Amino acid sequence: MTTKLMGQGVQRVEDQRFLRGHGRYVDDVAVDPATLHAAVLRSPHAHARILDVDVDAVLDLEGVHLVWTHEDLAGLSAPMADPLPLLIPHPTLTHGRTQHALAAGEVNYAGEAVAFVVADDRYVAEDALDRIRVTYDVLPPVVGIEAARAADRLVHDDVPGNVAARMVQETGDAPAAIAAAPHRLALDLTVERSASTPLEGRGTVARWDPDVGRLTVWTSTQSSTGVRAAVAVKLGLDLGQVDVITPDVGGGFGVKINHPWPEELLVPLAARALGRTVKFTEDRREHFVSSAHERGQVHHVEVGFDDDGRLLGLDVEFWHDHGAYIPYGLIVPIITSTQLLGPYKPAVYRVAFESLYTNTVMVTPYRGAGRPQGCFVMERTMDAIARYLGKDRAEVRAANFIQPDEFPFDQGLVFQDGRELEYDSGDYPASLEKIKTLIGWDDFPTFRKAMAEQGRRVGIGLACYVEGTGVGPYEGAHVHVETTGKVKVATGLTTQGQGHATVFAQLVADELGVRFEDVEVVTGDTRRMPYAVGTFASRAAVMSGSAIHLAATRTREKVLRIAAEALEADEQDLEIVDGVVSVKGSPGTSLDLGTIAVLSNPLRYAFDEASKAATQFSVGDPGRPPVPEDDEPGLEGRDFYSPERATFASGMHAVIVETDPDAAEVRILKYAVVHDCGRLINPMIVEGQIHGGVAQGVAGALYERMVYDEAGQLQNASFMDFLMPYATEIPDGIDIDHLETPSPLNPLGIKGAGEAGVIPSAAVFAAAIEDAERIPITAMPISPSELFHLRQEHTR
Amino acid sequence: MTEELHDVRLDVNGTAYDVRVPARRLLSDALRHDLGLTGTHVGCEHGVCGSCTVLLDGAPVRACLVLAVSVSGQRVTTVEGLTRPDGSLGPVQQAFAECHGLQCGFCTPGFLTTITAGLRDNPAPTHDEAREMVAGNLCRCTGYQNIVRAVERAAELAATEGRP
Amino acid sequence: MKPAPFAYHRPASLDEALTTLAGDPHAKVLAGGQSLVPLLSMRLAQPSALVDLAGIPGLDGIEVDEHGVRVGALARHSAVLASADVRRVQPLVGLALAHVAHATIRNRGTTVGSVVHADAAAEMPAVLALLGGSVEAASVRGTRTIAADELYLGPLESSLAPDEIATSAWFPALPPGAGVAFEEVARRQGDYALAGVAAVADDAGVRAGYLSVCEVPTVVDLTDVPAGGRGDAALARLDPAEDIHATAAYRSQLVRVLTERVVESALVSRRDRAGEGR
Repeated sequence: MTTKLMGQGVQRVEDQRFLRGHGRYVDDVAVDPATLHAAVLRSPHAHARILDVDVDAVLDLEGVHLVWTHEDLAGLSAPMADPLPLLIPHPTLTHGRTQHALAAGEVNYAGEAVAFVVADDRYVAEDALDRIRVTYDVLPPVVGIEAARAADRLVHDDVPGNVAARMVQETGDAPAAIAAAPHRLALDLTVERSASTPLEGRGTVARWDPDVGRLTVWTSTQSSTGVRAAVAVKLGLDLGQVDVITPDVGGGFGVKINHPWPEELLVPLAARALGRTVKFTEDRREHFVSSAHERGQVHHVEVGFDDDGRLLGLDVEFWHDHGAYIPYGLIVPIITSTQLLGPYKPAVYRVAFESLYTNTVMVTPYRGAGRPQGCFVMERTMDAIARYLGKDRAEVRAANFIQPDEFPFDQGLVFQDGRELEYDSGDYPASLEKIKTLIGWDDFPTFRKAMAEQGRRVGIGLACYVEGTGVGPYEGAHVHVETTGKVKVATGLTTQGQGHATVFAQLVADELGVRFEDVEVVTGDTRRMPYAVGTFASRAAVMSGSAIHLAATRTREKVLRIAAEALEADEQDLEIVDGVVSVKGSPGTSLDLGTIAVLSNPLRYAFDEASKAATQFSVGDPGRPPVPEDDEPGLEGRDFYSPERATFASGMHAVIVETDPDAAEVRILKYAVVHDCGRLINPMIVEGQIHGGVAQGVAGALYERMVYDEAGQLQNASFMDFLMPYATEIPDGIDIDHLETPSPLNPLGIKGAGEAGVIPSAAVFAAAIEDAERIPITAMPISPSELFHLRQEHTR
Repeated sequence: MTEELHDVRLDVNGTAYDVRVPARRLLSDALRHDLGLTGTHVGCEHGVCGSCTVLLDGAPVRACLVLAVSVSGQRVTTVEGLTRPDGSLGPVQQAFAECHGLQCGFCTPGFLTTITAGLRDNPAPTHDEAREMVAGNLCRCTGYQNIVRAVERAAELAATEGRP
Repeated sequence: MKPAPFAYHRPASLDEALTTLAGDPHAKVLAGGQSLVPLLSMRLAQPSALVDLAGIPGLDGIEVDEHGVRVGALARHSAVLASADVRRVQPLVGLALAHVAHATIRNRGTTVGSVVHADAAAEMPAVLALLGGSVEAASVRGTRTIAADELYLGPLESSLAPDEIATSAWFPALPPGAGVAFEEVARRQGDYALAGVAAVADDAGVRAGYLSVCEVPTVVDLTDVPAGGRGDAALARLDPAEDIHATAAYRSQLVRVLTERVVESALVSRRDRAGEGR
């Protein structure tokens, strides 16, 4: 009997390429002296009108092939005159604005694309940028939420108050419930900007084949099909003329879900115009100022609660800084506003937010996508209630938990996918017990006392979250058994290091009964699966995993049908093990999948020994059509998975920190995670996702931020000053425990796991530092310098 | 004005390459674009991330902080050179596969070269030394937990085999 | 991020290098390149030419005698750090070098390059200043010795003339019975420090050198300042700067904390060395 691979920590198949240096990232495509290289001139100003762009000096430069400004684009393709798409419209997004591929008369952030150059190599392309002379009329910028709210100045003249959208959701009269509650608190909570910052930036390569009138685009994206549709529309091509291939991607973390980036249109346009392969590889400085950021929000909380800390009314108002443009709609603040509730069930909840324009880099989802802020708000509120009541922080949380017998639990709100916010399953009390054990919650007072005797200051924090994962609309899969018995699987969403080639092969091997080694998975290639959405919102395993499982089921059905006929056996009596179908109990009677694939496709022509068996004089009933009416040739299965709503993963993190009484440095002594993503496909990979998420969370809590000055200049646009942690800054060891409450919404019972590790970090570190310092922590991230000043203010 | 080109000889992974490049060509670009050895990745081009780390005469250096013209005649080992002649993985590569020491794989070549040299100098690192060995390379995916484990595992594998 | 074009010279002798440098006021010297190449790639520096010292024999020496350590222009940080003789004669050099970036950078970066790059946030300028070391500078006009206290003029600005090459740096030996210590606080290990302090305690007294505190490496005499008061005494002579990672007030706090710790360590080190010498 073959062991099921679901649940096994199978080693990754993709590693073999990566470890040999044979990964194929977008900058590795078309490495050829004939390939031309693009560079983009970016605005040095946060807010300015463009009076003139003088490119005359550029074309004299040897090796330059093309220079474009906005004025050149419409002539090449009419839709290029318009702004880039607003990808996710929403009725409350009354003032949505997006940028142009190249700025049309005005720039609204330092880094906005102004001109585009193609040259023999990137060195010469950058020389060319140095020769472009732009005359700007510099305008005062709007930087930060306070300035945006004050609206003394406007980012876009036609957007009053800098407000793109105002949205309210409520489950009842929260202000009245709060007013009537025995206890009330108000909190102001801030989270600063940060960014995904994958080690590979963005990049696009395009090749136009004039012989077949077809464009091939390789791009480092989280949505191949999205880029394909955008390129087709903007270049005036039929969808069928555009192939988008997402090669290996050096990390995404959200930033590559936005599309099309200006270069994803300009590079194909240039490839078509020049008849040459053109490549753009974003450099690190560009990534900081021209790719997207996230996280910046200011929140005001009013809460009413009873003597046990139960939430009787919760009223949250927050302001979301979405930067200069809003191509990705309101996804991030909608997620904050809904996912803020976590595992809790306030009696009445009201949330309102405004999404604000500022003259800074635009905001699109970054791993966690609004949840880290929501979790920070809710968990800070829980801690404040516990402190106010003098109760244990874990106890106050437990008093508010949705109970295991209350699922499905409808929170009474509309989620980011337009569907009801209804939790499918979970067991929060069990998670709490696990995390308390893992971190040593009950023993901590003793530890604190022992440390205090040595003059050392420690604190403990706890944070809980719920994460809607696997949002729709759908993903699809295609499974094809070749006559060699090898199985080729295609799904349309992309891969950025999550090990899809491995976990999806595990699912197929299990369902189809083939050897894991015989399954090959392709992702993100519109030639292989043109119907797909993308990789975001921890949805790949849930969506494509389910679709692949269903497609493999269909393939299995066909295998059994053909085999039953060939073996003259009942389908019920057949089993498939290691790619061989046999009658249970009579191992002598068998067919391998390759042979069944041959039989599935009636042939006129033989081209090898195996195919002879499928030719017209060898098989088939002369009295029936070779392919039955309700069948198709080939051993294939294709299916789609489209769930009614998202599935809700959950988890809890706890940390023990030590704060240096003199230098105010924060040291992590112990970090623990309890994680419930339903059934695990590959625990090794899930733990890897958690490790990475925790590291990114530590980064966001203690190290990383985007520092803008008043002029809207990003002050730390390099890895020197944007402090992405090294191994030395990340806890040495992360204790992880799993809980598996299967999702009833998909055939495998799985929930998403990709983002979870990062969600509670700001909350859990704020809690632990507050516990160590006995100073309220209301803004994250926090640096030693800031902690030092908090101490000064507190002792004053 | 045409930019002056320089004849540069690079001995990369045991093969001699002769290229003509401008003085400003970074070693990272020469390897990737002139020699087609795309295993060396460029993550920041200011020497902080370590993705482009190669061995120059055996010592790890940032290929993005070296001009190709300046190291003409020197020996370079890239990630492609860590695989054994028979195509099997070397111990550091093998350890990364076993320990799930990589996710997107972009930073991995820099870790592999750094650790290969590190274990040559210190074949039996303590846990802290293993951590210190990778402390100059950024990884955005793994949280470093499994990379540090992979250093320790690679040391074990190399010890068993008697070579790094 | 690709450098602008420049001419490239790889002289085979120091004389040839000096002549080339004298002939082009916009040329720059390339040694390890670990500070220069990023500046080139960001196009913050656009020299007309680079004069690469790599082809000049004899510049990578590390000479150690009882008077001190002479580090040649092409000696890598890693080689200096690995030298047991350097550690013995002037332990502060190794203590500080261990904090210079990461090992991979130290494999290529040169100690002399760091000294003359004159970054007040870097370790080696502060060490040179504290120890009263010097730099040998050569030009077609001749050679001269620049004492550390005349070397640092301002942020990233040294008194080395554009046509001069720093051929070596001199770190005086630690006198018998003297002690040294070094400590810094950085956000990430290997980063430029938020603040760093090196200290020497010898028969002449106690001195501390500061990096990442003022615009130039700064040495403060703390002889006879009692424990507990050293930080404030140092601050009386320092003007900590503010940047995006630390306010001036926090930097002052680090000066207080580190000064006490490092001076105390230097005194302990002094006692230990005195004990060993007995």
